[in-house]
Amino acid sequence: MIFSYELLAQAIVTGILIGGIFALISVGLSMIWGVMRIINFAHGEFLMIGMYIAYFLTAKAGWDPYLTIFITTPMLFLVGALIFQSTIRPILKDPSMNQIMLTLGLSLILQNLALVVFKADVLTSSTAYTRMNFMLGPVVVRGSQLIAFVGSALTAVFLYWFLQKTESGRAIRATAQNREAAALVGVNVRTTYLLAFGIGSATLGVAASLMIPFYYTSPTVGLFFGLIAYVVVVLGGLGNFIGALVAGLIIGLTESVGAAMLPGSLSRVLTYSLFVVVLLFRPQGIFGGKQQ
Amino acid sequence: MLTVKDLKVQYGAFVALHGVSLSVTEGQVVSIVGANGAGKTTLINTISGLLRPTAGEISFEGRELARLESHTIASLGIVQVPEGRKLFPDMTVYENLLMGSYSKRAKQYRKESLEMVFHLFPRLEQRTKQLARTLSGGEQQMLAVGRAVMSKPRLMMFDEPSLGLAPLLVQSIFQTIRQLKEAGMTIMLVEQNVRQSLQISDYAYVLETGQIVLEGSGQAVLENEHTRKAYLGI
Repeated sequence: MIFSYELLAQAIVTGILIGGIFALISVGLSMIWGVMRIINFAHGEFLMIGMYIAYFLTAKAGWDPYLTIFITTPMLFLVGALIFQSTIRPILKDPSMNQIMLTLGLSLILQNLALVVFKADVLTSSTAYTRMNFMLGPVVVRGSQLIAFVGSALTAVFLYWFLQKTESGRAIRATAQNREAAALVGVNVRTTYLLAFGIGSATLGVAASLMIPFYYTSPTVGLFFGLIAYVVVVLGGLGNFIGALVAGLIIGLTESVGAAMLPGSLSRVLTYSLFVVVLLFRPQGIFGGKQQ
Repeated sequence: MLTVKDLKVQYGAFVALHGVSLSVTEGQVVSIVGANGAGKTTLINTISGLLRPTAGEISFEGRELARLESHTIASLGIVQVPEGRKLFPDMTVYENLLMGSYSKRAKQYRKESLEMVFHLFPRLEQRTKQLARTLSGGEQQMLAVGRAVMSKPRLMMFDEPSLGLAPLLVQSIFQTIRQLKEAGMTIMLVEQNVRQSLQISDYAYVLETGQIVLEGSGQAVLENEHTRKAYLGI
């Protein structure tokens, strides 16, 4: 390994930018868990669906990748709402093992459906943004990644505002904190679950469009990002909004610095070692104990 | 205003309420007293729609409630101050109060309800930005009552409001109930604190193992031989 400060600086910048996307992918999962105590193991596959939509709109229909946000976001809200209503809602009161099996099953079904429909090809769509880079001292900043970071941050801020300041957002938080009490003040818990699941999924639509200029699309792309999201959510403290954002950045940095400093796939080892160490000493996650 | 007829509620094979009938008149305080496990909370939760009755009717101003969902019942103005308070712990005092007026009907009166709450509990006004879980037990009880008042209730149901409170705070919660009554509120009070409840009640029911065994004006039930022996230790 050749060590240089330039390399490290590059890894840190890339890590932060990618970490922003990790954070965005994770907040929805964290919110869904916070509200209804369900971990959606098909979360990564929802992202995959979003990426295929964004890919076809950009590569085949010639759309600007960032314009596809206006399609992917509502589409993912719909996908989430439909899947919730048809499969997850009926098992909300079942033992958690059944729920895990169900969402894991969903993930396999979606992955394999994608394999059948889209084949195993790895698809990339090249746009002007893909090639737009600039230098920050010795560090190359990829324009598409910078846009993705800014877009993720804006989405997170918007979501935070929505949860804190609007009637519906407050109802979502109230339901997460005490479902029965929420029903007793007039909150329709069923609608609130549907809304929370839809919004949690819609964030993946935003993420998919932001990622399409620099990340490939394939039927198994959800595996990696799904796994990252679970790690981030647990690290940040299940159901903790701010925790998920910070943990997203931490994992982004770890992945990126690890990849620059360690040979081959050892960087993955670093990420999951960090995960295991944190869980050993703080099983509630870094920011656990306080829920949003 | 509220009429419960032959209400039967079961948890699996266990029958919690065996055909309970009672009614609450507008503007009155009606209490349901009884020991732990008599079915008092079951009764309140069934009226609120959290539990489904196996038989019987609950009607509120002529409208049948037994098939409605909790949030619909709440929006009609039937509000409970639940046992154990059930606040939203990670929300501020102010947000908890706002949640109280979540339903469309209550939202119209949000401002004046807020004034009424701060008039009843000036303490809460000083604590609006504090998280509910950081309040003392007494303040949490105030917030639970305040949140219910925010719902612009037509019928307020108190479930064991004195449970777990220090004697001085028990006095103040009964004082609050008196104040609400004077303001014209209709109140259903479920309590183990038999003497104090009966003293402020217009009408009372004694519930034992899921059945009403005695009813009458608060004074009459208080003076009844059975009540005195079983609940007042005289």
